[in-house]
Amino acid sequence: MAEQRDTEQITFSDELVKYIETWKHKPGNLIMILHRVQEEFRFVPREAADEVARILDVPLAKIYGVLTFYHYFKLTKPGKYNIQICLGTACYLKGADGLIEEIENLLGVSEGEVTEDEQFSFESVRCVGCCGLAPVLVIGDEVFGKLTKDQIPGIIAKYQ
Amino acid sequence: MAFTNYILVCGGTGCESAKADQIYQNLLSAANAEGVHETVQIVKTGCFGFCEQGPIVKILPEDSFYVQVKPEDSEEIIKEHIVKGREVKRLLYDKSESKKHARVEDIQFYQKQFRIVLRNCGFINPENIDEYIARDGYAALEKVLFEMSSDAVIEELKKSGLRGRGGAGFPTWLKWNFTKQVDSEQKYIVCNADEGDPGAYMDRSTLEGDPHSILEAMAIAGFTCGADTGYIYIRAEYPLAIGRLKIAMEQARAYGLLGENILGSEFSFDIEIRLGAGAFVCGEETALLASLEGNRGMPWPRPPFPAVKGLWDKPTVINNVETWANVPMVILKGGEWFTQIGTEDSKGTKVFALTGKIRNSGLVEVPMGTTLREIIYDIGGGIANDKDFKAVQTGGPSGGMITKDYLDTPIDYKHLQGLGSMMGSGGMIVMDEDDCIVDVTKFYLGFTVDESCGKCSPCRVGGRTLYNTLDRITKGEGTMEDIDKMRSCGYAMQKASLCGLGQTAPNPIMSSLKYFEKEYLAHIKDRSCPSGRCKELISYFILADKCIGCTACARKCPVSAITGERRKIHLINQDLCIKCGICYEVCKFDAVYVG
Repeated sequence: MAEQRDTEQITFSDELVKYIETWKHKPGNLIMILHRVQEEFRFVPREAADEVARILDVPLAKIYGVLTFYHYFKLTKPGKYNIQICLGTACYLKGADGLIEEIENLLGVSEGEVTEDEQFSFESVRCVGCCGLAPVLVIGDEVFGKLTKDQIPGIIAKYQ
Repeated sequence: MAFTNYILVCGGTGCESAKADQIYQNLLSAANAEGVHETVQIVKTGCFGFCEQGPIVKILPEDSFYVQVKPEDSEEIIKEHIVKGREVKRLLYDKSESKKHARVEDIQFYQKQFRIVLRNCGFINPENIDEYIARDGYAALEKVLFEMSSDAVIEELKKSGLRGRGGAGFPTWLKWNFTKQVDSEQKYIVCNADEGDPGAYMDRSTLEGDPHSILEAMAIAGFTCGADTGYIYIRAEYPLAIGRLKIAMEQARAYGLLGENILGSEFSFDIEIRLGAGAFVCGEETALLASLEGNRGMPWPRPPFPAVKGLWDKPTVINNVETWANVPMVILKGGEWFTQIGTEDSKGTKVFALTGKIRNSGLVEVPMGTTLREIIYDIGGGIANDKDFKAVQTGGPSGGMITKDYLDTPIDYKHLQGLGSMMGSGGMIVMDEDDCIVDVTKFYLGFTVDESCGKCSPCRVGGRTLYNTLDRITKGEGTMEDIDKMRSCGYAMQKASLCGLGQTAPNPIMSSLKYFEKEYLAHIKDRSCPSGRCKELISYFILADKCIGCTACARKCPVSAITGERRKIHLINQDLCIKCGICYEVCKFDAVYVG
């Protein structure tokens, strides 16, 4: 017999539950609901996926099928500050790969990883859409444009 | 009291990122403080297009064009310009150094542009439906509902020659007509706003600057084809555009322009927003529909085409944002008017996101048939930092690279395709002498490999094979056979892939092999990268005759690979060097040489 998986309890906020309720019977709702779940937890924890599967009565495999297909969904918890480096073409041509190296050296983590103190995570993203500011780095709502490598330590220090 | 001045603050993403909202807030509070808030109206508009010079603030009626404005400039703008009527000279766009350009019409960036799609961007407040209506907004919908039959709408579109702006350029009227002719109780209208092309932001700017134009166009299609439901599928990465769309939809509903019995007619139509989740392949229409249905965004073979059997198997009209934005104008001004703009087989205008090594990055809209040279040199101001032009890439990862020899090619569907590139969605990326073509091609392939959905093997396996080959070449491990292998592999992908992503993914390779074969050969035969970009193939040296021993490089070297005493010639230890290039950047005497 299959072993019962110990699932940790997870609580959805009232707003999230209400959101799911309004979407529950709309066709093609899964991606919208997962977006809302990620908005709440900043990633989609396994337990939350379990819960969505239960509420919507869809197989967990289908949910993971969708979660792993789309880059936007995260399965691991990001750091307190998530650093995004734009790797759109304009940023790439203007040296975004150099910025990535600099960040990796400074934080001691590679792309997609979180620092030990959970303060920073770091990822590259595809085009944030302000190519006039290339190369661009985003932390939270703050956008830093026309960057050079030597500006990176100062920016990170602001968040430490 | 009537307004005597209008301040337009650019609220596009580029300017917002550079604190345009703070400028807007500061202007408001300064106007209050100076007691002029009743005579000056301050509006946050959509993108002005001149992103290189952002944040942009324009003041009417003087038409003063302020660039690179900072939040702390707000007070001066109010105190000097609004209160005393004196332009803040230092903020005016100054291109030639000697001559101060003040008016928009004087700025070369705008001279060859012609705005249909971006007609309202930078003019109206996108969060206020009245401003859209004041510029003939929803007049086309009204005309369609009360003066036109659905056949007449199709006829007008046919006359206009409007073709899809998202990629392949399929005639819009034909698509609509297919759906119109199918007998079905339920049909759908879909707006493709999943702009995933790296380095392109035309659709985002249109949605941010003029969201009502899209709603109006979709309603027109709903009436014409017999659909009552529309979906806008938009990237979740575009929060500003999503927010403005939501506001626009609410306002349109409140005005009876969306919802039941629009404008008192029999016609009902409403729109819902659905978010994408970062999958480039979802720009392909069948993959987008799969995603709308809540599934993995994997394409399906066509036929059947979505126009006949689309969302939940129902007939579905799916057009790209830019195509939609053209529709109200075609209806209002007539198909005949539209045909006067553009070339024989490509009517109207095209919006491009001009970026890369160009002096004036930004959003430009030009009549079809404008040459690449006009866009790059006249509008874009040429190559930044006085470097030499090397190539321009249109169509993003699906497009090809175009060389200097073809700069006078008029831009339209036919000519771009003839050059092995494509219109694509409208990214236009300029490269200079410092960019390595092989490296950029690898960048594009890396993107398409990442974004391949994996359903069909030509794309899944072919893309990976091409990427790996390019990777070896950039590391100096390529062989001459690789060239032929890449060509045949690319050809197979073009022919056998299931959807547009796989069919066009080899375009960067095929076009660069055609026009820049020499550069590939340099990597393979000479094991060198002429642009000094591929790390494995370059070394940094210090030129003895130029080094003055300032120690700047040695102090900055992260791995202490540079030795030398003050005022003595320095030396780089090649075994330690990680080729980060910092020494090259910091040397003020051009003493560091890349070879």
